[in-house]
Amino acid sequence: MTTVDRDPNEVQSDPNLVSLTIDGKTVEARKGELIIAAAERAGMYIPRFCYHPRMRPVGMCRMCLVEVEGPRGPALTVSCVAEVAQDMVVHTMSDTVKKAQDGVLEFLLANHPLDCPVCDKGGECPLQDQTLTFGPGETRFVEEKRHFEKPIPISDLVLLDRERCILCDRCTRFSKEVAGDPLIHFTSRGATTEVATFPDHPFASYFSGNTVQICPVGALTSTPYRFKARPWDLEQVESTCTTCSVGCRVAVQSSNNQLTRYIGLDSDPVNHGWLCDKGRFDFEAINSDDRLRAPLVRKSGELVETAWGEAFDAAARAITEAIVSNGQGSIAMIGGARLANEDQFAWAKLLKGVIGTDHVDAQLGDGLPADVLFSLPTATIDDLDTASSVVVLSGDIKDELPVLFLRLRAAAVDHHVPVIECSAVSTGVTPIATVRLAYTPGEEPALAAALVGSKDPSGEEVAGASVVDVQRARALLGANPVVIIGRTTLGVDASYVADAALRLASSGARFLIGLRRGNIVGALDAGLVPGYLPGRMPIGDAKVAERFGGFGRQLPTTRGMDTTEILRAAAAGEVSTLILLGADPIADFPDRRLSTAALGRVRRIISIDLFNNASNAYAHVILPAAAYAEREGTTTNIEGRVTLLSQKITPPGVAWSDWMIATELASKLGEDLGFSTLADIRREYRSRSAMHAHLDEAVLRDRANIDGVLTKPTQGDGPTVVGEPRVAMRDGYAVRLVTKRVLWDHGTSLANSATLSTLAPQRPQIEVHSSWLGGLGAANGGQILLRTGSGSVEVEAMPNDDLPRGIGVVYVDQPRRAEGGEFVSQPSVWDLFDLSSITSNSGWYLDVKLESVGR
Amino acid sequence: MTVTNAPKMITSRFDYEDAHTIERYTATGGYSALRKALTMAPEAVVEEVKSANIQGRGGAGFPAGTKWSFLPKDVFPRYLVVNGDESEPGTYKDRMLMERDPHQLIEGVLIAAYAIQAEQAFIYVRGEMALAHERIATALNEAYAAGFAGRNVAGSNYSVDVVFHWGAGAYIVGEETALIESLEGNRGQPRLKPPFFPAVKGLYMKPTVVNNVETLCNLPWIINNGAAAYVEFGNDDSKGMRMFAVSGHVAKPGVYEVEMGKTTFRDLLFAPEYGAGMLPGRTFKAMIPGGASAPWFYEEHLDLALCKPTVDRAGSMLGSGAVVAMDDSTDMVKAAWRIVKFFSKESCGKCTPCREGTNWLQKIYERILSGNGRREDLDLLLDVADNISPGLAWPPRQTTICPLGPSAASPIVSSIKRFRSEYEVYLERAERNRQSTDTGAIQLVGATQ
Repeated sequence: MTTVDRDPNEVQSDPNLVSLTIDGKTVEARKGELIIAAAERAGMYIPRFCYHPRMRPVGMCRMCLVEVEGPRGPALTVSCVAEVAQDMVVHTMSDTVKKAQDGVLEFLLANHPLDCPVCDKGGECPLQDQTLTFGPGETRFVEEKRHFEKPIPISDLVLLDRERCILCDRCTRFSKEVAGDPLIHFTSRGATTEVATFPDHPFASYFSGNTVQICPVGALTSTPYRFKARPWDLEQVESTCTTCSVGCRVAVQSSNNQLTRYIGLDSDPVNHGWLCDKGRFDFEAINSDDRLRAPLVRKSGELVETAWGEAFDAAARAITEAIVSNGQGSIAMIGGARLANEDQFAWAKLLKGVIGTDHVDAQLGDGLPADVLFSLPTATIDDLDTASSVVVLSGDIKDELPVLFLRLRAAAVDHHVPVIECSAVSTGVTPIATVRLAYTPGEEPALAAALVGSKDPSGEEVAGASVVDVQRARALLGANPVVIIGRTTLGVDASYVADAALRLASSGARFLIGLRRGNIVGALDAGLVPGYLPGRMPIGDAKVAERFGGFGRQLPTTRGMDTTEILRAAAAGEVSTLILLGADPIADFPDRRLSTAALGRVRRIISIDLFNNASNAYAHVILPAAAYAEREGTTTNIEGRVTLLSQKITPPGVAWSDWMIATELASKLGEDLGFSTLADIRREYRSRSAMHAHLDEAVLRDRANIDGVLTKPTQGDGPTVVGEPRVAMRDGYAVRLVTKRVLWDHGTSLANSATLSTLAPQRPQIEVHSSWLGGLGAANGGQILLRTGSGSVEVEAMPNDDLPRGIGVVYVDQPRRAEGGEFVSQPSVWDLFDLSSITSNSGWYLDVKLESVGR
Repeated sequence: MTVTNAPKMITSRFDYEDAHTIERYTATGGYSALRKALTMAPEAVVEEVKSANIQGRGGAGFPAGTKWSFLPKDVFPRYLVVNGDESEPGTYKDRMLMERDPHQLIEGVLIAAYAIQAEQAFIYVRGEMALAHERIATALNEAYAAGFAGRNVAGSNYSVDVVFHWGAGAYIVGEETALIESLEGNRGQPRLKPPFFPAVKGLYMKPTVVNNVETLCNLPWIINNGAAAYVEFGNDDSKGMRMFAVSGHVAKPGVYEVEMGKTTFRDLLFAPEYGAGMLPGRTFKAMIPGGASAPWFYEEHLDLALCKPTVDRAGSMLGSGAVVAMDDSTDMVKAAWRIVKFFSKESCGKCTPCREGTNWLQKIYERILSGNGRREDLDLLLDVADNISPGLAWPPRQTTICPLGPSAASPIVSSIKRFRSEYEVYLERAERNRQSTDTGAIQLVGATQ
């Protein structure tokens, strides 16, 4: 069940071909290709341990020795380092080669413990397999084997068994070369060499699980999988990870209808075989006993389990009553980014076609305006490698889109692409940034104007960033930049970044969308956003209305509200029925007072979710949905790449796929969505959406398209920017907040994963420069009062002198762990926000003042 | 028995107590070669050294001038790295040169750096050589103060910085690519050749020349006296003088500068000026002619000249110039074990065959020595060695990146081939012990360390 490493050196109609002879067979190869790769393409497998096609060769396990004929006769050569040459003659199975391979395997096994029966790797172990195929069959080693303590944890997720280790340098190389986290290394030398962490520094890498996957023996095992299954008992399907929106290809493995493991698949355009640890291990949440197993309906104030029929009746009644008493406009929906494309289309049809509301938003105040996103020229992840430069204007992508960070890192380190990071605070990208523009959030438009403007900026500062840095960045930008655009902070309006994006676009930049929610791009494309129908078709357009004939009873004609506006309207009593489609605004929306007030006033809340959550406490009807790996479909990544999702296990209890829920709800409302299968949905999606028209079943299922097919959006006339950049004014006595998401948060998937739930680093609630804290009696950290527009909150502050003065960092979803290990709630960062009076895209900003607790 | 009357080229100041000071050095003609070289075109200096045909003194014996000419044209910066990580058991000639006459080395470094137009030179000295560190550091400071190193070397337009680097005590760092890795701050492990030939991709991936200490110490004499004078000494195959570190069971161990090609092993071990013969009452049994890696020589090899091709043809090497004599009191099994143990301990651990193989070999030896040898162990020793050094041929072939692992095969092959009977004694005793002890208890015979 090992996954096949796809060879990046694959030859594609390259004119620089050479031909050589391997074991008597003529092989064509590209100049510079390694012998081991050329042989593999030609069907000759040369055994190996240290060689990995996605890492630089080190030639140290010596397993791949072959003989290459030279002027002085055949010479033993490592085929993972030697490149092919014209007329080269290679022998991979000569007696000399066989003896050398025999010898290497005997050496490797000499000190290997052979505890295969209790080893996770047993059954899928390259050492086992290659010993069977190429090995000596018996050992002549009668000495005492090497002993180490078995196994030692080197992080919360990874255990190291040094007895099993064959010192191939894969894990250590990965950590240093690919992840840029050189936290494990060889220590000592010769036969006493071992892999080790540095004293007091655990292997706390976001990518540590990859080392477990590429370990050719069972030296590295992961806590979530350890002793859970034998590889031959696992079944697997290929799918796409939807933990974030990068779209890494994975093999989903299960045993006894429980997910046991995800393995990264080598998707050339996307993840190169790598996964982040959150995506790799959060399957525990899907297995969780806390999953919703049956519909719940509120009866006499209590939520009670019920049958689907009754739950649908209650939901349909809530919708019908709202329409009858207050019209379609009194129904709103928040969420949908968790869903597959087909689910999203079905829900869009139900909401916009059947119910007829446009108050629909998949972003929870943490995104960017769809009209701007839709107008931006798109880039692919591969474009990072060939871009003239990469501009990062987003949150910390190492935390939010980890594998995109790996690709960016490879572009910077291996392809020498300059990285221009625009961030007030240092992030995971900073170590690979060629230049960091430490600008002030809320001044993105000015920064963008200075970056691409015709005039060289002068003075000392531009938007808070040093002019010298900006001038350097201008020089680095080049003709073909790619911009990773995302939400830099939730402390200022999205319109600033949106404005900056449009300015950058006007200079010819292409964009990768740096929004993290699983299938957010699919949700936007499917019309789960105000103002649009599926396929990014604007509502209120006559031609679009024609194209969408028969989409439902009556399409909305005016643009609806976004999530912030929906919640404000709800708090004002203007929303009768609110549908939460995999959304938890209480936990997730950046203003807890507003979300609480809103949910408290809505008459009927219908929540479709995997878990009970804070918002569900307000729900009238809760419908259990099928999770990732419990349903099929497609998903769309940040590039617009559509890939297949596969089902591996059955949902818990009676949970249903989201599209089925939409279809059934529609029928209860008297409309037939016309969907009995996913293919039905895709058929209609193709017919309605020009950008999806080419995605027919044959294309999607073609093995050649296993890495996905890009949608074909047409860049319509988007908004334009004119005039001087707008600036969020600064008050010298106030602190501007940068919201930071850490990979290990306490959101839904992690809080419900046994192993991952304790990994949240428990940051202080706010970090500011120490000069701000001295006068508040908290110079070394302590409790202070944050005064916002509408009140004040007591929080724990810590000094961080790496921050510019006037910038405060607040961490999202980082609860405290009290004594005894229980997580306790504390004032959330969302308690600091007051969005109750803002208008979206108005250019708002929410600075806070710091006060001492005593005052 | 002849001792040639060739002049001392590089140990000429060894008789002075204060030879390491710049005063003594300049008073005895020091830095005149540097001044002369600076008046020549760099290419002319290269040509001069090429014509002198001086073979590298580190072990491989590759002509130094030719090595310099491998640098790709017009690729700068380029670096000169001085290999002072002398660690081969028995070898201690470079240490003497660094301790006794550090300015001679520095002058050689400056000449070589000028010849190859290096921007920076690095003197890498083995970690344990405390006195050498002190002397080189002091001499380097003196050379800087006197204007010989640094900006405008000796008033010329050429500038070069010379950096002194202190090793951490790993034998493998004597291998030039491992030394470069170590110099860069990484683990001392050899790089793959190809693609990392130092002349093309060396220190910091820039063209780099790595020269041995003794090699560079010859440069002042060659420049001062000319290549023509240099090639007068030695024979057709090996030119000039060379230092040999004589050790083992000789009456007078020490470092001797002798004329190449004309002096024989017998001269070196038995001439009163050099080794002065075996210890009283002992007879010569075997010798290691060129450091621990070299196959052993015996009585019949004593009259071979100290000349690279001659020794190569006879199946061994002059290597690093360490001649270790063993007399009739030597236990050849233990001698072989001691050398194998050295390589096992010094294996860097990068390549499987060396890391696991040398350790295994050591364990087999220790089992034999502790009285638990088996008949099949001799074949096993040879076959394990064969898996590190296929064919057990000379010069060795290797399943590894560098020759460290294969080096462990030399003492095994030599001792089993020549002294099999000594192994038999251990094995027979073990056999007898096994038969006489029905408890299975192990009776230890022979010491282990």
